[in-house]
Amino acid sequence: MSEQSDTTQKPRSLLERLPSLTIMGPLVALLLAVVFFSFQSERFLTGQNFSLILQQISVVAVLAIGQTLIILTAGIDLSVGFVMALGTMVMAKFAVELGMPPLLAILCGMAVTTAFGFLNGFLITRFRLPPFIVTLGTMNIAFALTQIYSRAQTVSGLPEAHLFWGNTFRIGETVFTYGVMLMVALYLLVWFFLSETAPGRHLYAVGNNPEAARLMGIPTQRVLLLTYTVAGFFYGIAGWLLISRTSVADPNAGQTENLETITAVVLGGTSLFGGRGVILGTLLGAIIVGVFRNGLTLTGVSSVYQVLITGILVILAVTADQLSKRRS
Amino acid sequence: MEHSSIQSPIVHGAQPDQVAPVTQPRIVLEARNLVKRYGHVTALDGTDFELRAGEILAVIGDNGAGKSTLIKALSGAIIPDSGEIYLDGQRVHFRSPIDARRNGIETVYQDLAVAPAMTIAENLFLGREILRPGWFARLIRWIDKKKMLEEAIADMKDLKIGIRSMTQAVETLSGGQRQGVAVARSAAFARHVVIMDEPTAALGVKEGNMVLELIRRVRDSGLPVIIISHNMPHVFEIADRIHIQRLGKRAAVVNPKTISMSDAVAVMTGAKSAAELSPEALAL
Repeated sequence: MSEQSDTTQKPRSLLERLPSLTIMGPLVALLLAVVFFSFQSERFLTGQNFSLILQQISVVAVLAIGQTLIILTAGIDLSVGFVMALGTMVMAKFAVELGMPPLLAILCGMAVTTAFGFLNGFLITRFRLPPFIVTLGTMNIAFALTQIYSRAQTVSGLPEAHLFWGNTFRIGETVFTYGVMLMVALYLLVWFFLSETAPGRHLYAVGNNPEAARLMGIPTQRVLLLTYTVAGFFYGIAGWLLISRTSVADPNAGQTENLETITAVVLGGTSLFGGRGVILGTLLGAIIVGVFRNGLTLTGVSSVYQVLITGILVILAVTADQLSKRRS
Repeated sequence: MEHSSIQSPIVHGAQPDQVAPVTQPRIVLEARNLVKRYGHVTALDGTDFELRAGEILAVIGDNGAGKSTLIKALSGAIIPDSGEIYLDGQRVHFRSPIDARRNGIETVYQDLAVAPAMTIAENLFLGREILRPGWFARLIRWIDKKKMLEEAIADMKDLKIGIRSMTQAVETLSGGQRQGVAVARSAAFARHVVIMDEPTAALGVKEGNMVLELIRRVRDSGLPVIIISHNMPHVFEIADRIHIQRLGKRAAVVNPKTISMSDAVAVMTGAKSAAELSPEALAL
């Protein structure tokens, strides 16, 4: 009697292990790229080059944390880079032109990006507008505000605090920036939040089956609003990292980063349909883009081909996502 | 053979009724004179409802008879325009399904309210995760995965639906197993009533029978069950009493052991009135 229903059991299939597969795909792609470029250029596989790649991706990677949280809820944010640019302009001009204490100016910049995230979330939850359209709108608003406020001028002469994350330290022979450490710390923090806390699990549930989440008593609208707001906060941190790297606030910053965040998320195995994915995959995705860019530059390939290859990688990743969804 | 009950540390539920067999078991959930209008349409036209301790009560009715509206009023999904609902004799006002849940009424929804990409254990505790002890864990709402897994295993142990691991994603389960997860979740958390909306509708014969067996186990563990179904053979197989809803009112409450299926359908469609039935077919 107790054995009766055991016949309905299925063996553990490949599909059941999909969560681990989603992280394996990008990992294998990354390893293949590393092996390939190591043979192509002897300057590729060095600690210094590795550190450089991490520096180059740090801004996109931190922006992509916000993008990942949003995509996990089955949303999307097209305003990412432009909101960050507005934030950097506020950080720079408040300190340089208004003479505000540097840290306070930075906090004001982060407040602006957070407010933009809140605005996105508010429009999406309050008026039930599609995230794609809302963030397309706020993308243009943020861009225009940045140009108007800066009069399309770059701001330089930033105080020490603004450049803090560009400071370096050594591990053995290799020099790392504080910014890279911050990036890694933020990823670990968000990984913990997503997998170990109740709000983190609710974020997955809202993206996976919003109706079920609502019926189980999860305040889905509040989860969405908070997600977009927190994402805006991460754009502020990314802005601080950006001006630490470039030492200026550029009104045209953030434009390529915008789509690169989505590339990193998709390459990292997070599903655009929401509810599936791991944050560390996004870091891998950002590293993959960085490795290809760096490797192709070292091997003397024109930057147009870097864009081409990134495009192909994204299509491959999205196809894999769609195929795995169809199987389940 | 003994029925295994659903044993769980989180079942604080009603015990099987101790009242002497001559008297009727006490009424757990009762509705009086419920009215609900949608514009010009009257979905509930002063309907009554009674659920007794330890029973499986089936609610049947033609399309538009108001059975879903009735169930939604009892589970908090809608607020009736007038009428009263009593839970264990106490007047209650449910403003949302969450409200009803707080009062110990759990609903298993037809469209399977589960998150397919999440694990069975996570789905069992979705929205009411067990947190680790300590103020810091409470502050950041740090979930206790190990404890949730242990309790999930305890909840599912006696269901015998052939689930090997609580850490597998719900989407890897068959339809009947998924329904089993939803039933286990409500049985584990319900303190008074479990409501099931078309629990066997999407299932094959074998899986349907498995879910019927599960529903019996829930009843035997001491929780009264309300089940809405279109499947007459299933209703007659499992129900202790049948509430027939017609034109927004309760047409009759019948005993499936003493009424024929065709008579029940006749009352449901209005071909026969309750007065035309033999007295022993009624069960009020």
